[in-house]
Amino acid sequence: MIIGALKENKKDENRVALTPESAQLLSKLGHKCLIEKGAGTSAGFADAEYKAAGVKVMASSSDLIKNSEALIKVNQPTTAEIKRFKVGQILITFIWPAQNPQLVKDLNKKKITSLSMDMIPRISRAQKMDALSSMANIAGYRAVIEAANNFGRFFTGQITAAGRVPPAKVLVIGAGVAGLAAIGAAQGLGAVVRAFDVRPEVAEQIESMGGEFLFLDFDESSSTDGGYAAPSSPEFRKKQLECFREQAPDIDILITTALIPGRDAPKLWLKDMVAKMKPGSVIVDLAAEKGGNCDLTKADKKVVTKNGVTIIGYTDFPSRMAKQSSSLYANNVRHLFDDLTPEKNGKVAVNLDDDIIRGSLVTHGGKVMYPPPAPKVKAVPTTKNSEVVEKTPEQLKIEEAAATRKAGAFQVGMLILGGLVMALLGQYAPPAFMQHFIVFVLSCFVGFQVIWNVNHALHTPLMAVTNAISGIIVVGALLQVGSPNFVVEILASISVLIATINIVGGFLVTKRMLAMFQKS
Amino acid sequence: MLSTELVTAAYIGSSVLFILSLGGLSNQEKAKRGVWFGIVGMAIAILATVLGPEMSVSKYLIPSLIVGSIIGLFVAQRVQMTGMPELVAALHSFVGLAAVFIGLNQEINPTKMYFGADKVIHDTEVFLGIFIGAITFTGSVVAYGKLAGSITGKAVILPGRHLLNILMVVVCLVLGWMYLNDTVLATYLNQTGIWTLVAMTIIAFVIGAHLVLAIGGADMPVVVSMLNSYSGWAAAATGFMLGNDLLIVTGALVGSSGAILSYIMCKAMNRNFVSVILGGWGGSGEPLADIEGEMVATDNDSVASMLENAKEIIIVPGYGMAVAQAQSSISELTKRLRNRGKNVRFAIHPVAGRLPGHMNVLLAEAKVPYDIVLEMDEINQDFPETDVVIVIGSNDIVNPAAQDDPNSPIAGMPVLEVWKSRDVIISKRGKGTGYSGIENPLFYKENSRMLYGDAKKSVDELLTKIS
Repeated sequence: MIIGALKENKKDENRVALTPESAQLLSKLGHKCLIEKGAGTSAGFADAEYKAAGVKVMASSSDLIKNSEALIKVNQPTTAEIKRFKVGQILITFIWPAQNPQLVKDLNKKKITSLSMDMIPRISRAQKMDALSSMANIAGYRAVIEAANNFGRFFTGQITAAGRVPPAKVLVIGAGVAGLAAIGAAQGLGAVVRAFDVRPEVAEQIESMGGEFLFLDFDESSSTDGGYAAPSSPEFRKKQLECFREQAPDIDILITTALIPGRDAPKLWLKDMVAKMKPGSVIVDLAAEKGGNCDLTKADKKVVTKNGVTIIGYTDFPSRMAKQSSSLYANNVRHLFDDLTPEKNGKVAVNLDDDIIRGSLVTHGGKVMYPPPAPKVKAVPTTKNSEVVEKTPEQLKIEEAAATRKAGAFQVGMLILGGLVMALLGQYAPPAFMQHFIVFVLSCFVGFQVIWNVNHALHTPLMAVTNAISGIIVVGALLQVGSPNFVVEILASISVLIATINIVGGFLVTKRMLAMFQKS
Repeated sequence: MLSTELVTAAYIGSSVLFILSLGGLSNQEKAKRGVWFGIVGMAIAILATVLGPEMSVSKYLIPSLIVGSIIGLFVAQRVQMTGMPELVAALHSFVGLAAVFIGLNQEINPTKMYFGADKVIHDTEVFLGIFIGAITFTGSVVAYGKLAGSITGKAVILPGRHLLNILMVVVCLVLGWMYLNDTVLATYLNQTGIWTLVAMTIIAFVIGAHLVLAIGGADMPVVVSMLNSYSGWAAAATGFMLGNDLLIVTGALVGSSGAILSYIMCKAMNRNFVSVILGGWGGSGEPLADIEGEMVATDNDSVASMLENAKEIIIVPGYGMAVAQAQSSISELTKRLRNRGKNVRFAIHPVAGRLPGHMNVLLAEAKVPYDIVLEMDEINQDFPETDVVIVIGSNDIVNPAAQDDPNSPIAGMPVLEVWKSRDVIISKRGKGTGYSGIENPLFYKENSRMLYGDAKKSVDELLTKIS
């Protein structure tokens, strides 16, 4: 299949859906790639680089559309663009079908097979194609960088000759992919990071990134199938806002990432909280595109409030790191093609039984496929923690004591049993046997004591050395070898021979092995 | 010529030296001295016996000793460390066979005449010595064949195997009763002495072979240590038969050593000894939990950059490493990573490989310093703080189903918790399952990356990327 990557025509969009690297990998799947002239320039990929990777550079978008079977891009196509598409062409891009019903209709009219990168279901198999996550990751990182850029101080605490610098305090609201990336980045710069999320199960993830989870004492979890947060009850919201109000005067940087699918972003940072913040503080609102989590956010703008708080409402964070975001996005697209070309022969098969393909399919063969049925696999693992009851130290102590008693009783029982067997044996066995028997039993005990102390790493040498010393059976054979009976003499000689192999072979190989153990 | 008392004194000396030799294995440095104790002890024992009063010389004696020594020398120098399990199994079989021969000799040409209770005890000893020896012999031969690959590594299970075993043991017991009561039976039968023993030997041979044939690949460490134990008990039984305390002491030492090793191996697999010997994996028979996710392949470039960025690295080797002979490449990789200031360690599961401690010997041969090679219990709690884990040629010992899925056949087996680390790289030849035939959910985890291909080749290619 011939795949063409269009140049983005949205204002300030620097990303591109194909990189030289992803083109090479696509060609391994049997596809040919085309790119519109200059499409990668703003993302830092020159046309020459594409050429070197075997991509044909097309002079104009109409040339590209004419020659491609599948089109890939980043932003949703405009109505004018769709008019130029060929009937039945494949299109892969961000479509946001719920927000753009007209676009879906237009695509369907042209019988275009369109797959939307934002509709990739959130199941683990699909993670490598999850463009929302890879873009969110970049947005989270970039949010911290923008914040640092507008914040007049160090992030990390320092004690310098000129005086002490306290570390910056960062609060991250919403610990999705973007939130976690922001926690990691802020932590990496040395800030003290706190984070809040309505889903208590993400506490562990927050802590693993080095953040501190702000725990809200409230009995309600709001996680839906698919790993997004759900809207919460008024009581919960009240508690939550109280908690934020407490934080407001203390923190220096606020990064909000709270989104609810298919709705406006929840207002979590109200005017009075902004007013309570210290002058010089920075708010980065990653939900700006959906109206913002902060009351005062203006989409695509940076505003400074009267009390000196900078509020950043940019919506193009991924585009601000175009090279990084393009290569991740191109990889996401490439992985989707992986799924679309199961035979790796360059032939695309739209398999409606594939959860990922079905989920992302918006229009196909003149039919609107959106919305897809719910994916079969749940993204959030069910937490089992609640079932496990932590044992108190007292309980543990009691259990331990019981176990000790049981072991003791068992030992006494075994000793009594052993004593009885001995008594029985002593009753009937001849004295010579009993003497040997003492030796035998004591040797077993010595053996057990000695072997328990053997280092586990030396178990193979142990086996080799026991091989060697069990060659002691040669003594038995030696005593028989001089027998006048020919059969006995031969059998005894063979025994001597093989026992000697054991002795010599066993000791030598043990020596060889032990010599190999070297300390660093 | 030495007196009986002097010979006994020499035997006491040998026994003490043997104990010291085994005791020396408590650490790597003392062990090197320990081997010398063993060698000296053995020399004293043989010299004392040869010079002792009970000895009479045969023209075959010197040639046997010389030929045996040469073969032993040859074998010890030639054996590959990956071939250690086979060698150990072969050496067990020799002790078993010697015990059989010595027992038969004792019947053909008794050194002493016994009467009454003494005779019953002595005959029982002869019988037991041969029985254990015979099982050890064929069991070890079959184990050797399995380890060397000349017999299929999978469990060979005959129909009605338990019944067959019971039947054979019963026949042996009957033969034993006939042997013990030969004077009584002589009225009815012409002779019941030697032929009962020979018949029993043959049946015991079959039992030994059959027992080990039915045990599959991953259980081999238990089998080898069990045979190790048997070879000791065979020597001890021979000692009782000949009234020789040195043989009893040594046999008991070796026997208990093998028993402890078997116990450790069984515990490491959360199985009891009887179920291993009687064969088959456990499991509740309930359907296994579904595995979610998919295996994600990776390549050497990404692995190299993962290692580049890691600080804490743990390598988990398994039998696959031995098969691919990848240990020296891994050692080189370890050296280079350590030179860059990374903390590289090895985690060894007790049943990794086909012999207790097998991995340690292979790594030692490849010059990996032993102080960075750690036991499961020592390192298991460190995985959460580890950046990259490389799983190389191991499967069941890193299977999270042992903890998560109560229906898994390996449920409850202690495993290395590699999935708790940040990234796991799994070097594996193909997509197949391990020796137990169980799917491994680890491969499907989000932080797992599969590096397909021959382990040695993969690591060698990695070495070109990490200088």
